[in-house]
Amino acid sequence: MKILVGIKRVVDYNVRIRVKSDGSGVDTDGVKMSINPFDEIALEEALRIREAGLAEEVIVVSLGGNECQQQLRTGLAMGADRAIQVDTSENLQPLTIARTFLKVIEKEQPGLVLLGKQAIDGDNSQTAQMLAALWDRPQATFASGLNLSGDTATVVREVDAGLETIEVDLPAVVSVDLRLNEPRFVKLPDIMKAKRKPLDVISLGDLGVTSENDLEISHYTPPPARDKGHMVEDTAQLVAELKSRGLV
Amino acid sequence: MNRTLIIAEHDGTSLNPSTSKCARCATAIGQDFDIVVMGSSTNEIATQAAAIDGAGTVISVDAEHLANPLAANHASEVVAMADGYSHILGPSTTYGRDLMPRIAALLGVNQVSDISAVEDGYHFKRPIYAGNAIVDVHAPEGSKVVATVRVASWKALGDGGNAAVESKSASSAASSHTRYVNLESGGGERPDLQTATSVISGGRAMASKENFDLIYELADLIGAGAGASRAAVDAGYCPNDMQVGQTGKIISPDLYIAFGISGAIQHITGIKDAGTIVAVNKDADAPIFEVADIGLAADLFTVIPEMKQLLG
Repeated sequence: MKILVGIKRVVDYNVRIRVKSDGSGVDTDGVKMSINPFDEIALEEALRIREAGLAEEVIVVSLGGNECQQQLRTGLAMGADRAIQVDTSENLQPLTIARTFLKVIEKEQPGLVLLGKQAIDGDNSQTAQMLAALWDRPQATFASGLNLSGDTATVVREVDAGLETIEVDLPAVVSVDLRLNEPRFVKLPDIMKAKRKPLDVISLGDLGVTSENDLEISHYTPPPARDKGHMVEDTAQLVAELKSRGLV
Repeated sequence: MNRTLIIAEHDGTSLNPSTSKCARCATAIGQDFDIVVMGSSTNEIATQAAAIDGAGTVISVDAEHLANPLAANHASEVVAMADGYSHILGPSTTYGRDLMPRIAALLGVNQVSDISAVEDGYHFKRPIYAGNAIVDVHAPEGSKVVATVRVASWKALGDGGNAAVESKSASSAASSHTRYVNLESGGGERPDLQTATSVISGGRAMASKENFDLIYELADLIGAGAGASRAAVDAGYCPNDMQVGQTGKIISPDLYIAFGISGAIQHITGIKDAGTIVAVNKDADAPIFEVADIGLAADLFTVIPEMKQLLG
């Protein structure tokens, strides 16, 4: 079985985002870029499944310009067998990304597709569900547990009410949550080895995918600031103030 | 067909307030709305939905394969009734986040996620980058709009309505590839975080699962929900459904009290809409104090017992 893992290049989660003063976007000049943390967890899970002997090959896929090769190389250094860059200069939206993944799936025929539950830049949380819909296959979103057995996967999902377990037939799309695993650190020799692993580049156009029905993002603003608060000296003052505000 | 369809969320017993919040968003768009309740034995839920002020028709779809909230089944059912609607709204809860993109893809449209404000029927505002930027999103004019409504940004409508309930059988078949197994609920009887008026949360500094009892005791004393930071959940001090933040729950209580939470931006994202934020932390330089309305630099293990005494 092959496992396909989606990787998105995003502003590192430790960076404090600044909206550009002209409202045209957020400032990404000179900002540290990383693999979307959820995608890293997806890749780690794929590697563990391969190491357990339940898959033969792990393929990482990213959509973007040449800069995303950096994240694909990191994925290869973590242990993916090969990488595919779908080359595009467009800022693709989830529906187009899902259509693109579907084309790659048709070619690669994976038994499992692992994606992050959301990207920490757009916070959309859509691609996995859309891909499953277009592929007409099961979706198991927000996974914090994943067990494969034959042609089925048992997935524990983190939902508002607790932990939901569902069973899906493979192939399926699973989107992963934070507590599924802790991704491994990349070692230097692996970075050297990753340079020799195959990284194929396909253009978006060659896959026959064009963006359609895009939403237009017109203006970025910083969130409204909260009024500056104040400190109290002790518990008695705190409780007195909560009472005077009618909050307790 | 300028009409909105709202996907009701429920647990089989009661309607989730997220449904009424979606209805508020529909009224902001300026449209009449219907509500679809999918499930098994949906009569009682449908009655609750019919009480939402201004609801047009409540469509109650009763079928065994819709009993559990499986997106594959619920999406097919919604798509089958999508024709009469210009807008389809669901909540930004895990139920809606799982379901709505599947509906959008089947209808061939992009989805607007987490609507926090409405400018007009095709122009919305929403947060991105963990709430560090707000963007204007325009859907193509005249296209079908499928969206999730950021429940923390909207108040529920009143419940004095008396809409007609129309029962129908399912138009879609069960998908055989996805099977529901069970739900393990972590929480007890405390108020739901997304609707609670007050929430008491603990962070890494709680230091153990046993110490979290302090949080629960104080929460129970004032009728609050109990929450946690990601660090506390990761450390195993409390169940996942208590996590507040970018990847947990986004909440908007009148009062939020954070004990021993340092205030990572991912956590702040989840509480920014709270009325009053109180932070108690030993470290006077903790970033949580930057967003707190009231701060107390002190040891939570002293403060919580004192609060219990003063409030008991």
